[in-house]
Amino acid sequence: MRSALFALILVICSGPMAFAQTLQPILQTHAKEIAKPSRSSVSDALDAIAVSGLPQVTGFLEQWANKNVWQRNDGVFFIGMASGDDISLTDVDTGTTTIASKSDYKQLKPNGGVRRLIGTALVQFQLIDPDLSRRESAVASIARRPEAAQLAPLLASIEPEVDGALKARKIQLANFLSARFADDPKDRIAAINSLSSDTSVEARAVLNQILSTKAGVAKSLPDANVAATFDPMGTPDMSYLALVNADFAPAKQTQADIKAALETNIVEGRIGGFALNQMTDPTIRETAYAALAADGLVPRLITKGARDAALEDHVFFALYDEPNADITNAAQTVLKTVESRVATAQIADLTLDALSLASIFFLAAIGLAITFGVMGVINMAHGEFIMMGAYTGYVVQLFVTNYTVSLMIALPLAFAVTFAAGVVMERLVIRRLYHRPLETLLATFGISIALQQLAKNVFGTQARPLTSPDWLAGAWVFNDVIQISFIRIAIFVLALLFLGLIIYILKRTRLGLEVRAVTQNPGMASSMGINPDRINMMTFGLGSGIAGIAGVAIGLYAKVTSEMGSDYIVQSFMTVVVGGVGNVWGTLAGAAMIGFGQKGIEWLNPSNTLAAQTYMILFVILFIQFRPKGIVALKGRAAGD
Amino acid sequence: MNNSFIAKNPSVLWFLLGLSLFTVLVSILSEAAGTALISTSFLKTLGKTLCLCLVAIAMDVVWGYCGILSLGHFAFFGIGGYAIGMWLMYDRTKDIVVTSLENNILPPTPDEITTAIGSQIFGVVGSSEFPVIWAFSHSLTLQLLAVVLVPGLLALVFGWLAFRSRVTGVYLSILTQAMTLALSLYFFQNDTGLRGNNGLSGLQNIPGLDDVSQATLSLWFFWASAFALGSGYLLFVWMTSGKFGSVIRAIRDNEARVRFLGYHVESYKLFIFTVTAMVAGVAGALYYPQAGIINPAEIAPIASIYLAVWVAIGGRGRLYGAVIGAAVVSLMSSWFTGGGAPDINLGIYVINWTDWWLVLLGLTFVAVTLFFPKGIGGLFDLLARKGKQS
Repeated sequence: MRSALFALILVICSGPMAFAQTLQPILQTHAKEIAKPSRSSVSDALDAIAVSGLPQVTGFLEQWANKNVWQRNDGVFFIGMASGDDISLTDVDTGTTTIASKSDYKQLKPNGGVRRLIGTALVQFQLIDPDLSRRESAVASIARRPEAAQLAPLLASIEPEVDGALKARKIQLANFLSARFADDPKDRIAAINSLSSDTSVEARAVLNQILSTKAGVAKSLPDANVAATFDPMGTPDMSYLALVNADFAPAKQTQADIKAALETNIVEGRIGGFALNQMTDPTIRETAYAALAADGLVPRLITKGARDAALEDHVFFALYDEPNADITNAAQTVLKTVESRVATAQIADLTLDALSLASIFFLAAIGLAITFGVMGVINMAHGEFIMMGAYTGYVVQLFVTNYTVSLMIALPLAFAVTFAAGVVMERLVIRRLYHRPLETLLATFGISIALQQLAKNVFGTQARPLTSPDWLAGAWVFNDVIQISFIRIAIFVLALLFLGLIIYILKRTRLGLEVRAVTQNPGMASSMGINPDRINMMTFGLGSGIAGIAGVAIGLYAKVTSEMGSDYIVQSFMTVVVGGVGNVWGTLAGAAMIGFGQKGIEWLNPSNTLAAQTYMILFVILFIQFRPKGIVALKGRAAGD
Repeated sequence: MNNSFIAKNPSVLWFLLGLSLFTVLVSILSEAAGTALISTSFLKTLGKTLCLCLVAIAMDVVWGYCGILSLGHFAFFGIGGYAIGMWLMYDRTKDIVVTSLENNILPPTPDEITTAIGSQIFGVVGSSEFPVIWAFSHSLTLQLLAVVLVPGLLALVFGWLAFRSRVTGVYLSILTQAMTLALSLYFFQNDTGLRGNNGLSGLQNIPGLDDVSQATLSLWFFWASAFALGSGYLLFVWMTSGKFGSVIRAIRDNEARVRFLGYHVESYKLFIFTVTAMVAGVAGALYYPQAGIINPAEIAPIASIYLAVWVAIGGRGRLYGAVIGAAVVSLMSSWFTGGGAPDINLGIYVINWTDWWLVLLGLTFVAVTLFFPKGIGGLFDLLARKGKQS
């Protein structure tokens, strides 16, 4: 192998043209080893083939490993593909193809061990192949199945690598390999220490493989690299099972064993002197078994005391597979550093997640914050406006197939559709129910039920896709721990945009001024020449329109169903109420609190989002106890009541 | 006293008379006791409807009389159903397990029986351990207590928290809806120990009554439901008449004024909220053995919204209105969605009522809220006025 490596370096230095010769003579020299290869004998042949440095070597080795090399009766090797009785042969050097009868040829079938050796030899060539994709696949195959033999060729291939990214990858991989397989412990420790800043899953896997342990049990602690010793009493039954498996103790009878033993020893309807119908009592079962054991009919019961005594007599430990303690210690220390880095990264990742959840809540709730918060109108059909927006996006995509263009059309169209729906609803229903909030709640419930069923009738019950354009697909990968999909970033940006827009409209435009005036004192506002009816209509339309846009955004990352609105409505109301009614900043604070809270609970109890939602709602109910007016409470007259 | 009570509330006599006549009529027409003109499945539907009427009058008291639009009473109804369902399922499974273990050579120990029951019940959620909340499931008495106490306690704690911090109006509605959502999400989890979204099933089989036919059982449950509705009606009429009734109606109309008059408003509201929750639990405990199955979808927030819809359509603020609303709307729902209503062919489009019923219901509800705030019950006022005029 060394010589092969040396030859490789030579090849690279002098260029392939210097060795213009044919492969067949080399093969013939080693014909015996190639025709009947074994793991011990094939290395010489492989070395010789490798030393030749010929461009056709890679192809030959690949075909050999794939069992596609055939030998003619006179000993000449060909690359061949059998089809029926014929075989199409390719000359190993010239590449010319001929067809011949199969009977004169014999297929070479190297066994698994040999094929692995061929593969390793092949990797050396693939690593320096002029074709970038071949080099990449070689590196990927090493990463998949790292082996000690790959270390040297990999190291040798780093220097001549021209592709920057692949070179970095090779260096990283070489580091992983040396950490595990380098000959000199000093090299290994150096490589291990260099991993301390690498939070990738691969690096952690390397460290964990170095630290792999085997559990064992013995009379006394062996003289080896001991990872840990255990107190057997922590899980006495498991520990005893380990003892049994190691043949240090007789097996403990299970309930089923005892039952079977009792059943096989029924004599004239009695077991050990007890009647069958007494066997409902577990203590009598035990006594009967003891009686049977005393008669020598069954093995003696391993009692708790016997078990504990046996456990006390032995040491339970875990041994590192790696015998060198210095290396395992170094890996241990580095792993600890890496894990604390990973934990930090996870917190960052969680924060990103929470941020994106908060922006979704914010988007869903901001329209509600306007209608409920500013106007004091409860709109239980708000969720259905979100759904309408999402379905608008879906319908647009049916007609416009370019996803970017369809998104550009869908956003304003969704606004227009839901704005119109909001205005119609305000004129027909809400207007008649001002100052009767409970009634508004009920009437909008009715609308919500009707709209939901209408959507079901039109679009069916199954989820409809709302596909995002390619530039929104994928994720922004910071490292193996921190990553966030572009959709979520887009939703975050959209949420920020809307926050700015709403604040701008309310604080800087004529409409906003009039809205605030009507909110604070409708009578006074109308005597100043503001038409409260028109303002209410516009405000309601604005809130509904924003729900439509939120619908498109939510539809991009979640499914579009007729029930998607009801998934968000309670959370949206919570967001508005927690944040403080009548204040856009409050809604932001509410969304942040609920988003972060929910992610935080999910982190404490992973794999259970339902529980997180449950506890979050409970938390909100309790929170209202302490701040009934929400996080950002209005003060003074505007607070009303 | 009773005389004057009846005299003050003539509707009670009419209602009880109507209910008794209805019960007798249905019994005569039923399969078990008479002419079999009413199928057992329809008898069950009628029995279930009576339970829905019971929870509707509870809703009417808390909303129509006391002004608390609770969107959580159907959750209490569901809890009642779960409470009785746990005993039904445990005891029924125990019967099955004991019978199947009888053929074993060794008679089973209590432990073996429990484990076998556990793996029967919780096999669907991949467990065989009994969760803590099943601790009393072996005892009918304790589970019957739970039917009343668990909803009552939950309502007491939630109501105390909410009323104490003076959460009123729409805020309270939203908060109760959040509570309902939290509950249904909680019941949906497998960890809860209530079989997740599988719910409890086989509740129509009453342990120990294997030799009684379903037809007879249904009739018994129908009678029980009718009795419960009658008693609940009496209880609530008694509660809402007299001074106590005046106070809670006053709270509905102007809470602040009642508080200034020196009444402890929160106690009244809490009492009403808790008692109605208990009655809802009882109604649920009678409903689900007739339905045969309960799952967390039953207590989803939308169910409580439908409850409010029934009461609003029937006419809130009068108990018989709630009964009419619940009966009419729920029977119509099952008629329309069950394919009973004929499709309407418009030439270009066929209106299939299975699909369009909810649209109709929703719009009717909007119309009722806008134009007939008194609901169907309001028609009786018109009749009464006409009667006086002529």
